[in-house]
Amino acid sequence: MNQHSRAVISGVLLLAFHAVVVLAGFFAPYNYATQDRLHPHAPPMSAHFFDCSGKFHFWPFVYGLKDKEGSFGQYERDCDSRYPVRFFARGDRYAIAGAFSLDVHLFTVDEPGRIFLLGTDGFGRDQFSRTLYGGQVSLFAGLLAAGICVAVGMLAGTLAGFYGGWLDATLMRLAELCIAIPALYLLLAVRSYLPLQVEPAAAFALVVLVIGSVTWGRPARLVRGVVLSARERNFVLAARGFGASSAYLIRRHLLPETLSVSLTQLAVLVPQFIMFEITLSFLGLGVGEPFPSWGNLLSQAQQYHNLVSYWWLLLPGLAPIPVLMAYYALSTALQRRLDLKGEEIIG
Amino acid sequence: MIRRFQVRLLMTLASCVLGICAQAQAQATPELMRVDSEPGRIGGRLVVGQSPEPKSFNPVFALDQPTQDVLRRMNADLIHINRASGKTEPALAKSWTASKDGKSFTVQLRKGIQFSDGAPFDADDVVFSYHVYLDEKLNSPQRGLLLIGDKPMMVEKLGPYSVRFSFASPYAAAERVFDSIPILPRHLLEKEYAEGKLAQAWALSTSPQNWAGLGPFRLKQASPGDRIVLERNPYYWKIDSKGQKLPYLDELIFLIVPSRDAQVVRFQANDTQVIAPLSAENYAALMPEQQARHYNLYDAGPGMEYNFLLFNLNDDTAKLPEVVRRQVWFKGLKFRQAVSMAIDRKAMVRLVYQNRATPLATHVTPGKKQWVNATVQAPEYSVAKARELLKSGGYTWKGDSLLDTQGKPVEFTILASASNALRSQMATLIQSDLKALGINAHVVTMEFRSMLDRIQNSHDYEAAVMGLSGPDDDPNPDMTFVTSDGPLHLWHLHEKPAPGSWQAELDHLMAQQLITLDHAKRKKLYDRVQEIMGRELPVVFLVSPNILGGAQADLGNLRPAIIDSYLLWNADEIYWRTPAGNH
Repeated sequence: MNQHSRAVISGVLLLAFHAVVVLAGFFAPYNYATQDRLHPHAPPMSAHFFDCSGKFHFWPFVYGLKDKEGSFGQYERDCDSRYPVRFFARGDRYAIAGAFSLDVHLFTVDEPGRIFLLGTDGFGRDQFSRTLYGGQVSLFAGLLAAGICVAVGMLAGTLAGFYGGWLDATLMRLAELCIAIPALYLLLAVRSYLPLQVEPAAAFALVVLVIGSVTWGRPARLVRGVVLSARERNFVLAARGFGASSAYLIRRHLLPETLSVSLTQLAVLVPQFIMFEITLSFLGLGVGEPFPSWGNLLSQAQQYHNLVSYWWLLLPGLAPIPVLMAYYALSTALQRRLDLKGEEIIG
Repeated sequence: MIRRFQVRLLMTLASCVLGICAQAQAQATPELMRVDSEPGRIGGRLVVGQSPEPKSFNPVFALDQPTQDVLRRMNADLIHINRASGKTEPALAKSWTASKDGKSFTVQLRKGIQFSDGAPFDADDVVFSYHVYLDEKLNSPQRGLLLIGDKPMMVEKLGPYSVRFSFASPYAAAERVFDSIPILPRHLLEKEYAEGKLAQAWALSTSPQNWAGLGPFRLKQASPGDRIVLERNPYYWKIDSKGQKLPYLDELIFLIVPSRDAQVVRFQANDTQVIAPLSAENYAALMPEQQARHYNLYDAGPGMEYNFLLFNLNDDTAKLPEVVRRQVWFKGLKFRQAVSMAIDRKAMVRLVYQNRATPLATHVTPGKKQWVNATVQAPEYSVAKARELLKSGGYTWKGDSLLDTQGKPVEFTILASASNALRSQMATLIQSDLKALGINAHVVTMEFRSMLDRIQNSHDYEAAVMGLSGPDDDPNPDMTFVTSDGPLHLWHLHEKPAPGSWQAELDHLMAQQLITLDHAKRKKLYDRVQEIMGRELPVVFLVSPNILGGAQADLGNLRPAIIDSYLLWNADEIYWRTPAGNH
């Protein structure tokens, strides 16, 4: 498979992942905050075609859960209660992108039945639904932070490379300073200084902004390097000779030159920032309850009893793997493309 | 003149000889205490996980629980509260009498007993110890316990084995004050105390030869960060019904294990043989392997811990407009009652404590068997009734959102300690329950000390989920929480209650119970305190967890208790049923 196909496949997969989390309300059978207090720590369940007596059913169904005799938080399937899986059925209301309010779900079961594909947490919340909703924070925090970081980096790098002199020196020392700041500690400090009244989601967005704006050092240095070499090229010198203004030169000739390196940086940084969000939420510094993120879903596994008794609480940890792999594949493909382009130019 | 001198010399000599004889006689027949527990087998060692590490071996400045857990096994008090029965029993004091006015207390000490280094124990050690604890300059944590009506108790030696304690005012349950106040060896600490170096004495690095106590175990070896090894005190003053000297165990080892979860793993691997307290989840996680790994799990029932939802009712918040705006709701009784009614405590018991907890009506938990007022019940969970209450208080709804009398949405932040998963879970359940009332509550988890700083000092918070625990089955420790000037009167610190208000009545009732010697009358006063707390809800009481623990099945005389040190309180009586070589 060549680099182009890899890039395309990774891109399509990423689009699909992002689409699923944006439409989490549709794909998830329940709201992320819906608690089934009678079924905490319910294990994952699957759809059946054969019932307890071995009889085949054309339409998939799930069994109800009943408490095991004399135990707490342990269940067995109730062969007397079967709930057929309903597709495109009505359920909890949800909003797509905060705008369209809908109540149709890809699949669900009729009350009092429940469908918990990845089991439930200690509050009886559906882990599958929470994993889908959790992606909204994790993926978009990564995208947003990386977008800010690369945009600031492009701007600073282009200005520094193009004008040189004191501006270059100042911006590059600033960039080095930003690279030297340990981002995790900075974030801890910012988070603790935010007033309590700030909505958790808003607080997190602010934190993402802060991170994006202090991690621009590395992309800025790369972009500066590209601009430094590009501004000496013949076509740039020719344009300058014909009286092109600095703004025109930057916009028309230099920024397009930096685009490929910026895109590669973006593809490298997004997964880094996704991991960053997961780390923060794992440490309890991300979005607050009840909103899920991949990090805070995984934070339940910090506790010994969860690890030994409820293995399904680890399942949300698998969700970032395909996304991060797709991002890395995309960044590798972009990098290779950039290298080839460089070789062509040199050749 | 010479004759008189000779007579005096003879008398002195005679008294010296008599004194030595008397001392020798006392030492020959020490007044040992006979315990009625099952006679055990001598030998073996018991390893217990400890987290975090104790800070020193100096009981004068021991404030934290881990240090106290170790020191209580090494020291003894005058009168001890039996953790199983909750009643006082003789310890270093073999008997005591209270004066009729309840203002003084005379104790008779055991004769002929010795510290762990062999030095004799007498009234001078008791007077010295209490002198140290009451010293204002040292500011020992025990000092607060020994202030009765804000005045320190007086200690007076009446004889070599007799001491009188006097209080400024009558003091109910005076004998309970002596529990867990260790008697110090005057012969080892007097010099340090005189030189003002007591705080530096008995650090973790201290040599075992320089340490002495009256408890069942004495220091053998301390390896900071690793373990503390205690060995049997050969001079201990208790014997069993067969006349065997206690303790039975040769060694008691405290293994430093950094976290609760790690402690569970070490217990499962039999690296440690006793674990308490256990969380309900870890209890459930240990349950399946009980038979295979030969350990027993214990549920001692509701403890002394009470958890509650705290609203900021402080009146010095003028500089915090966001808090002031919300305090209008919090200060309304109907609002607090509605919140209390909308909280599903049974779900909390089930989901957070896996059915090993009890819903609470007040700060008095069912663990306080002698004092709990059974007529004050936790409110019945009813969202409909809660909504009615809010409606009658002038609240309205717009869609799903609750609006206050000004038409503004009711929304506030609940703080919870990030290091306490159980309280965070409670906060999440409350958040979900309040949603049903249309209240948008945000849960913010925060490092515990930062949270405490907001609650106790800056008052920059709206609501918080907190928990407190009493040390004893008696109303007195609750003074700090209930009375308006108490340091744990968290909802409104340094409150100045208006005359005739319910808080003023609470202050009066608590002050009265403190000096009422008759148990029935005292109970009546305390019943009334509970009625007011349950009715006025200065905080919304939630649940009280059970005390859970585990120990190797082969250990004898294990009697789980609901106050510290849960499974180790009678470490002197615990023994291995099978021969010691196995352990």
